[in-house]
Amino acid sequence: MVPLNYFLILAAILFSIGVIGFVMKRNVITMFMSIELMLNSVNLTFVAFSRYIQNLSGQIFVFFVMVIAAAEAAVGLAIIVALYRNRESLNVDEADRMKL
Amino acid sequence: MMTFDQILFYALAVIAVLSAIMVITRRNPVHSALFLITTLFCVAGIYLQLHAEFLAAVQVIVYVGGIMVLFLFVIMLVNLETLSQERRFNRQWHIAILVSVVLLVEFGTIIWRGKAALQLPANQPLMDTLTTNNSEQLGVVLYQQYMLPFEIASFLLLVAIIGAVILAKRRLSSDGK
Amino acid sequence: MSDLTVFLINTTIKSIVVIGAMLGAVAYSTWLERKLVAHLQVRWGPHRVGWHGLLQPIADGLKFIFKEDIIPTEASKFIYILAPTIAFIPALLSISVIPFGSLGFFGSHAVRFQITDLNIGLLFIFAVTSLGVYGVALGGWASNNKYSLMGALRSSAQMISYELSLGLSVVSVLLVAGTLSLEKIVELQSGTWFGFIPKWNIFVLPLFISFFTYFVSAIAETNRVPFDLPEAESELVAGFHTEYSSMKFALFFLAEYANMLTVSALATTLFFGGWHGPAFGPLWLQGLLPLFWFLAKVFAFMFFYIWTRGTLPRFRYDQLMAFGWKFLMPLAIANVILTSFVVAWKG
Repeated sequence: MVPLNYFLILAAILFSIGVIGFVMKRNVITMFMSIELMLNSVNLTFVAFSRYIQNLSGQIFVFFVMVIAAAEAAVGLAIIVALYRNRESLNVDEADRMKL
Repeated sequence: MMTFDQILFYALAVIAVLSAIMVITRRNPVHSALFLITTLFCVAGIYLQLHAEFLAAVQVIVYVGGIMVLFLFVIMLVNLETLSQERRFNRQWHIAILVSVVLLVEFGTIIWRGKAALQLPANQPLMDTLTTNNSEQLGVVLYQQYMLPFEIASFLLLVAIIGAVILAKRRLSSDGK
Repeated sequence: MSDLTVFLINTTIKSIVVIGAMLGAVAYSTWLERKLVAHLQVRWGPHRVGWHGLLQPIADGLKFIFKEDIIPTEASKFIYILAPTIAFIPALLSISVIPFGSLGFFGSHAVRFQITDLNIGLLFIFAVTSLGVYGVALGGWASNNKYSLMGALRSSAQMISYELSLGLSVVSVLLVAGTLSLEKIVELQSGTWFGFIPKWNIFVLPLFISFFTYFVSAIAETNRVPFDLPEAESELVAGFHTEYSSMKFALFFLAEYANMLTVSALATTLFFGGWHGPAFGPLWLQGLLPLFWFLAKVFAFMFFYIWTRGTLPRFRYDQLMAFGWKFLMPLAIANVILTSFVVAWKG
């Protein structure tokens, strides 16, 4: 049996990689993917805790996180397409005006 | 002597971390997306290991089959020439390293200090797995204990659908009337 | 032998048999398609290699192997090679949870005609089939050809759109059956009403509509006529596989037929009682008849697929999208609501 710690450490590493990607990348799409990575690492801790504390609420939370991720992807990618139409670029540094 | 469980966990974890690193270091977004898909698969495998079969399937259906396809779709839709000209490391890279080191130290401390509390028995099955399975148990909890959050989540999805349609439909550029 | 060894040997043999049978069926579906379409159009079809062209699939296979394998210079090489594999593997994987027949006996060993019975069987199939779109999308993108890219974009939009109504149409079956295990769904369809109408799901009232939405969206999911926009020859050369040649093209080709077989097998399992059918005769025949009924039903679906191809013209792209989102989706959702009322009313 794999101890709970291992899952938490794996999730921590994945989360940190997600943070690095989010801060370092300037490309909207890759930043978006880093966010998905972070959400996934959090999901992993939820499922691991749910298994070890013997409570299904953790898995339900993962369910809701997935709903949020799906909603976020739909709206976010629509924004990216709109941004690209106006700026001809996906670099966040160039999206520096308040109106599109 | 490592058990089969542990070997599986190490394999999945190593692939997940390596491809996560590839996600943020590749310059071509299509490659990033493919590596992210690999990571998502490994996480789904770990869910299976944790006896969350339903979530593992949903992870593949929603993330890999839905969200990542949308990502690829958008990447293909926008011009790739502009995407590949990005520098791999920009001036924020030291902030990134700093933030992640702080985060890792923080996580490490928490896990280290709580390691006594984290020694939980995991051998007994969740509830009674003989008569019901994971998806049934989840259904019962979701529709009894978490009914209101479930409805709110569905409402959120509806709002997201409408928002996405409006954003994609309206020409926001100057030629729009 | 320990239980684990028996299980491993059992599963390995079953997997080999099923995959072999599947590949053979895929090869001969291409023959069936060519032959049937030819006869629908009052032609002969393949006629030279073997009796009525029966050896044609083998000749085609050999031809594919010996053809020159071209990788375009501007292509993204790794993904270009990866894409046909991604298209092919899920097509073979999803057959593994479908029950082909009841228990069979080999001596004292009881063998289930199914590779494995997952308690999330149906979700597994959806998870696996949702990967098929990557083969198409990546193949079209990696070829670095505008026709291929157009085909890939079209097909990923199409497959995402129709996957929704596909999933929703199956929800009503789940509401009636109350389980995700395909084995149990088939078991629930045994017996008859009034002694002659089989208790298949298709004859349960609201499920007829879900069969309609399932099969229409399944045709779209497998990129077949009248929804074969991704490879519309007259507009896009050959769609996403324009640049592919040799075995890589063959893999795309085989994946399409394997997907058709899977869709037909799933339709049989969910709506047409799976392997149920009249059983008679001596014991050994009773063991094999379920397998025969299952294959006969799958064959009927394959025939229907090819018949459609020989009959219907292709949709225009905007018609395709409008049909999917404005007709099929609302119908599937309405059907889920209707079915839940019926299930609740019956208690």
